[in-house]
Amino acid sequence: MSAVPDIALSLRHVSKSFFGLQVVTDVSFDVLRGQRTALIGPNGAGKTTVFNLVSGAFGVDQGEILLDGTNIAPLSPGKRATMGLARSFQNIRLMPHLSVVENVMVGQHARTRGLMDLLTPLWLPRNRVWREEAEAQLRAFGLETYPNEVTANLPYGIRKKIEVVRALMSHPKVLLLDEPAAGLNTRETAELKDFLLDVAERGVTLLVVEHDMSLVRSLCDHTVVLNFGRKIYDGPTAEVQNDPGVLEAYLGPRHDAA
Amino acid sequence: MTGYLGGMLVILSLNIILAYAVFLPVATGQLNLGGAAFQAVGAYTAGILSAEYDAPVIVSLFAGAAVSGVISFVLALSILRTKGVYLVLATFAFAQFVSGVIINVDLLGGALGMNVPDHIDGPIIAVAAVVILLLVMLLMQARFGLAMRAIHDDDVVAGLMGIEVRITRVAAFTIGGVLAGIAGGLYAFYFNFIEVQSFDSLSSVYLLLFVLLGGTQTVWGPLVGAAFFTVVPELFRYVVAHLPVGHAASTGQLDTSWRFIILGAITVLMMVWRPEGVVTRTGLGRLLHRRVEKQA
Ligand SMILES: Nc1ncnc2c1ncn2[C@@H]1O[C@H](COP(=O)(O)OP(=O)(O)O)[C@@H](O)[C@H]1O
Ligand SMILES: [Mg+2]
Repeated sequence: MSAVPDIALSLRHVSKSFFGLQVVTDVSFDVLRGQRTALIGPNGAGKTTVFNLVSGAFGVDQGEILLDGTNIAPLSPGKRATMGLARSFQNIRLMPHLSVVENVMVGQHARTRGLMDLLTPLWLPRNRVWREEAEAQLRAFGLETYPNEVTANLPYGIRKKIEVVRALMSHPKVLLLDEPAAGLNTRETAELKDFLLDVAERGVTLLVVEHDMSLVRSLCDHTVVLNFGRKIYDGPTAEVQNDPGVLEAYLGPRHDAA
Repeated sequence: MTGYLGGMLVILSLNIILAYAVFLPVATGQLNLGGAAFQAVGAYTAGILSAEYDAPVIVSLFAGAAVSGVISFVLALSILRTKGVYLVLATFAFAQFVSGVIINVDLLGGALGMNVPDHIDGPIIAVAAVVILLLVMLLMQARFGLAMRAIHDDDVVAGLMGIEVRITRVAAFTIGGVLAGIAGGLYAFYFNFIEVQSFDSLSSVYLLLFVLLGGTQTVWGPLVGAAFFTVVPELFRYVVAHLPVGHAASTGQLDTSWRFIILGAITVLMMVWRPEGVVTRTGLGRLLHRRVEKQA
């Protein structure tokens, strides 16, 4: 019996262009269940676009996206969320007029079932768990100071963290994080790493776009590299910096090789 | 409760119901510039059923609300695809269409208007306004209200979080239509006469102003807006009538125009001073917070 790898998320020959500009070209890779995978590449390589295609913000031009073996490419973003997919955004996209805890509670929406969940006041005993759970999750992230503050007024680093908490509230199987450490200081980045390790420990599969290579090395065992919309590396994180193709993508072609 | 104050209370109650009718779609980010037209649908449906078919008042009221709700639903399904200024234009066009129908259909009394003999008293309308206010508050405190506000802020992200953006918008627009229909029926039975001018586009503009100037971020905004725009013009009527600017002030014509000039100026000033409305979440939070501090 050969061990069949347990694939949580799989891209198969995915392509996308905007107004004739090819942004993602025939990209295929697998994200194994329980693993922490990094998606890296120079600016404009197409990483955020891959997240948009997987989460359903945009439709693919070609290819399949498999979540637990089901092709989700034709499904609505909301349906994908209820199937266990969640994401954060590179440019923070919290709802500016909602309080911190309300933002986090929006993240729970994919878990609501039926009209009673939708139409009964959130302060009823049957609904109080939602807010309690949101507040507990904020506490776990050291964010309990601001539950009723409107997010528009909060500092960048805090809003960045709230986005991660919000994404977790759908209890996702696969979590996509787009540059979660951007703008965080060293201490906050270390905290984020511990928190994400903890999240992964609880069985959430992570796919992380990140520029901070020391965070990538300490968090992700597996790395996929994109350049100009194509996959140029797919292997262990430990060997990515020795890969000639990756070096060339980041540093430009070497003169002696020309 | 009769006379001037009673009449004021009725107008205030109707304006509150109408403000919430417009607030619900606006809270999901959809401007509705046809509020008075949905009121007209409710008023004429209830009026016809009562005056021509002898239907009981309560049946006529509910029928008016239902017809306005169904029309809102059908309209929302088709026009909520459009956004921003196009949606405003679409609701405005719908309002013009309704006016056109009323003027041209003999059964509806045309430009002459229509008598509605059955009557309901002011206090019933005040109770209806309170009940509707409470129901809207409960709805906004439910997850549905949270979803509406999330959509208002970022519909793409709301959709990615599993919120049914389109269904929520259509539902909010439809509930708004039902409320406007109820206000229309109440209007018809209180004043016992309806005519197309009572539901013109200026009324729709005012309704939207109630809501936008009151503030769309909290459920209190429309209440403040409706109260302000109902009471302040009346205060001006009183003040202007007693101003020593000559006898023209008491002839009525100048009186009305002055009131609207001052009201217009206040509107512009409020837009500059508080572009997000009088009642905002941060403002309300600060107010409540201060109160807590005082208690401590
Ligand atoms: N919605 C869009 N419309 C047009 N072009 C886009 C859009 N989104 C991304 N692009 C383009 O796709 C390319 C890849 O962008 P992106 O996926 O954001 O890169 P990365 O996240 O790797 O920095 C860029 O050239 C960008 O301008
Ligand atoms: Mg990016």
